[in-house]
Amino acid sequence: MELQDKVIKLVSEATKIDTANIKANTTFVDDLNLDSLDMVELMMKMEDEFGVEIPEDETENLKSIQDVISYLETKQ
Amino acid sequence: MTSKRVVITGMGAICGNGYTLDEIWKNLTVGKSAISTIEQIETSDLAVSIAGEIKNFKLSEDILPLKEHDRYDRFIHLALHAANEAWKSSGISLEYYDPKNVGLILGTGMGGFPRIEDTHKTFLEKGPRRVSPFFIPSVIPNMATGLLSIQLGIRGINYTLSSACASSAHAIQAAYQEIILGRQEAMITGGTESVISNLTIAGFSNMKALSKRNDSPTEASRPFDKDRDGFVMGEGAGILILEDYEKAKKRGAPIIAEIISCGASSDANHITAPHPEGQGAIDAMTQCLQLAQVSPDQIDYINAHGTSTPIGDVIETKAIKEVFGKHAYDLVVSSTKSMTGHLLGAAGGIETIFCAKAIETGMIPPTINLHNPSEECDLNYSANQKTEKNIQFALNNSFGFGGTNSCTLLKKI
Repeated sequence: MELQDKVIKLVSEATKIDTANIKANTTFVDDLNLDSLDMVELMMKMEDEFGVEIPEDETENLKSIQDVISYLETKQ
Repeated sequence: MTSKRVVITGMGAICGNGYTLDEIWKNLTVGKSAISTIEQIETSDLAVSIAGEIKNFKLSEDILPLKEHDRYDRFIHLALHAANEAWKSSGISLEYYDPKNVGLILGTGMGGFPRIEDTHKTFLEKGPRRVSPFFIPSVIPNMATGLLSIQLGIRGINYTLSSACASSAHAIQAAYQEIILGRQEAMITGGTESVISNLTIAGFSNMKALSKRNDSPTEASRPFDKDRDGFVMGEGAGILILEDYEKAKKRGAPIIAEIISCGASSDANHITAPHPEGQGAIDAMTQCLQLAQVSPDQIDYINAHGTSTPIGDVIETKAIKEVFGKHAYDLVVSSTKSMTGHLLGAAGGIETIFCAKAIETGMIPPTINLHNPSEECDLNYSANQKTEKNIQFALNNSFGFGGTNSCTLLKKI
């Protein structure tokens, strides 16, 4: 599975939003309506899934699916 | 200033006996036990493996979006479920009431113990960074009232109180007082509890509080019977809508019964055992009658605390005899815990509802498994059979660890 598909699948599972409604340019706060607690939880799931540690100050820059993909790519 | 009157206009309940009050009531009147082998947790290490457990419960997505389900521990789910039923059945609306004049006070004995236990496991296995950001909101005892106020748009007083197994009885008292004071016009009250977990079962079990009749679960809770060996843990929620009588009447609300007084006291004796003479229970029941200016011989039904513990049932019987004298033998006492198990902090809520149902239907649910009453337990406990009786006054007893007692007196209207 492509990285993008993996990220979208994970976000879909966490938010119960259908994968069809999540695209690369989808933003977490404005498009998916996630609050700060949702974001913390989502980042935890990312860390578990991709085996990375995302520092707290880094999470503030991860505003969209694409941001997450780009970040994960730099770590691989 | 004319004095306020408080009426019950809506009720909702869930416990092992059913997902709605109608279903529960139907099962209670035919004496059906909800005690069964625990499925929520692995019990092989535990001395006790039975409870009044709610099987296959899933909160409706109409009440809470699926995305938020995992965020809250089960006691919150149960409260939302029962509150939804109560709110709808009362027909109450925030068009009729100013949202600032509607409040919420619920009781819970232990809040999110099971989630605390599970999260601690995660903490030990995976470290502090894996503790969910929703951990605190999922376990704090007042999150049921918090969520309900958010969902319904209620803006009046909002808190949850805790007094062990008297929690929701005290919550009803506090909610009643809000209306009597004229500070609120309508209240959501009652309580919720769901603590079937390894820690809590082990804890209660090691106190020797629980029945160990694992092989015959439906016979385990047997209040007042000489073979009783402890209480059986239950889970559930019982939620009531209370309204100012005049306001309720004006809107044509379905008035079920009136709450005419509440009594409360302390044993000042022991952390878990009741006062040997039942002094605290006597004081709370007496205060209830005096405040309502009702004479003891007017009481038709008492929904007993009656947990099926060897000491508690005898002392409660003794206390009832002390307060009611000869009339103690004429009124009917029953323990619905024989069928539901002990809902701990939710007991007072659901059992006050049962008192209201008894008034409404003229039907007293039985105390089941009562085949050989203890020598000291010689009242009419409606043993194994429901009693049909016109009920004008019904009293609920709820007593808690810490030596705390709370009684509520209901009247037909």
